[in-house]
Amino acid sequence: MSAAEVARLRAIFGLDQPMHRQFVEFVQGVVRADLGHSIEHGLPVKTMVASRIVPTLLLGGAAILLNFTVGLWLGVRQAVRRGTREDRVLTVLSLASYATPSFWLGLVLAWLVGIELGWLPVAGMQSPLLARDAPWLTRALDVGAHLVLPALTLSIVTIAGTMRYQRAALLEVLRLPYIGTARAKGVSERAVVWRHGWRNALFPMITLFGLWLPLLVTGSVFVEWVFAWPGLGSLAAGAVASRDYPLVMGAALLAAGLVVAASLLTDLAYALLDPRVRYS
Amino acid sequence: MVDPLARAWRDPRGRVGALVLAAIAAAAAVGPLILADPLAQPCVLTCRNLPPSLAHPFGTDDLSRDILSRVASGGRISLAVAVLAVGLSVTLGAAVGLVAGYWGGAVDAALMRLVDAALAIPRLFLLLLVLAVWEQAPVATLILLIGATGWFGTGRLVRGEVLRLREETYVRAAEALGANRRRIIFRHLLPNTAGPLLVAATLGVGDVILLEAGLSFLGLGVQPPTPSWGGMILDAKSVLVTAPWAGVFPGLAIVVTVLSANLFGDALRDAVDPRGA
Repeated sequence: MSAAEVARLRAIFGLDQPMHRQFVEFVQGVVRADLGHSIEHGLPVKTMVASRIVPTLLLGGAAILLNFTVGLWLGVRQAVRRGTREDRVLTVLSLASYATPSFWLGLVLAWLVGIELGWLPVAGMQSPLLARDAPWLTRALDVGAHLVLPALTLSIVTIAGTMRYQRAALLEVLRLPYIGTARAKGVSERAVVWRHGWRNALFPMITLFGLWLPLLVTGSVFVEWVFAWPGLGSLAAGAVASRDYPLVMGAALLAAGLVVAASLLTDLAYALLDPRVRYS
Repeated sequence: MVDPLARAWRDPRGRVGALVLAAIAAAAAVGPLILADPLAQPCVLTCRNLPPSLAHPFGTDDLSRDILSRVASGGRISLAVAVLAVGLSVTLGAAVGLVAGYWGGAVDAALMRLVDAALAIPRLFLLLLVLAVWEQAPVATLILLIGATGWFGTGRLVRGEVLRLREETYVRAAEALGANRRRIIFRHLLPNTAGPLLVAATLGVGDVILLEAGLSFLGLGVQPPTPSWGGMILDAKSVLVTAPWAGVFPGLAIVVTVLSANLFGDALRDAVDPRGA
């Protein structure tokens, strides 16, 4: 590339401007809902980011569902059998899952389940060989098969928090006098735990959602990249690798926006569900 | 501070965590002195991607380098980055927390709103934004940036502690006796926040090891040829089918190290604040 060509490209992307000027222009652009253009692809960052939202929500939703159903159940088990060997084993297992890098677990699962056993696809969201006009059920099953390993990876590395919170919340409730009353009335232990205890211990779990989202957004960068899932996370990882700065900024902005929105929703959900909480 | 440490040591989790962590630190310190050169590529054609054997207990990678000595050297880097970055962020967090909690008013409000804003953005994205500027960030820069993005939670924690401690009788008494600010901060406030700080630091080490591994896996952290656990997993990704063991050992190293740091941190937290147990 000639020096003149380099200078022309630098001018197009505004890279010849001083850093503070570039930042001011970026902020002005954001206010006008203009995130600039990707340096690598030449496309508007806004459209590139927008096309990635649905796959990310699909993966994130599946991971949340798996995380909460399994995590809540294990947390309740731990609280009911507090201090037993099972409780201790589950605590160590959950700590181990928290200590596991998502990208490493993803690679291990991809190798074991995808390559060695050959049970599930390990890359992308759809099979490239599937005809575009295939019946919707076939296509849905195809996406579902591609979803299993990334969703499993993402939910395993984030399940520790759910288990720990649920265990602590239920233990807190099981100490209360009305649980003793229920037991004294002869209510079965199962009903005591699930109907009297768990229902009231579910409430603090709302907090978890706000805490959980940053983990999910961070994890999705690695998991999506490992499994070539066409979401925001893999877009961000690819943009970082090619130093496509406008794209990195756009993805980070959206990630931060998602996290802030989730915290706000968490706070509002509290006020909605608990009449004792009021925001003036 | 001897008391919580002794109590954490009596906790089986604390003891196992501390012992395993000490063993890993020792292996990372001594290993590179006695093992093969982690950068040596003895032969390019016949000893690439060898499975584990007596000569190479963890096998060799795609450039014929010994994986065991790379895991040991990578451990040096990972642990050094984690300890230095956490040291930096705990210091920053303590300083900000003390200032905000002790001075209060507008200073407190400004610092805490900054903390709120910073905590809204996931730490990984903060680092991606900054690190994407560099072609190849040196390790010292990496440590500074990881440290500078990790103090927000600690700052808020210390502020809360200071607000509580200020109302304690002995601090009131020291003020009444005419002790100056420096004496109150360094004699009375700081030593009493040491427990929560130590817990934050221990748990922070695990988080930073995961964070650095992730950054290196994305190609933004420790740069090749310097070995790092995350970077080794990145290398292993491209030979997943032919040499799956290449990524297993650095990954296990991360899991075991972070798990023991968190076990010790948990035991320490229960020792510092027995209510949570």
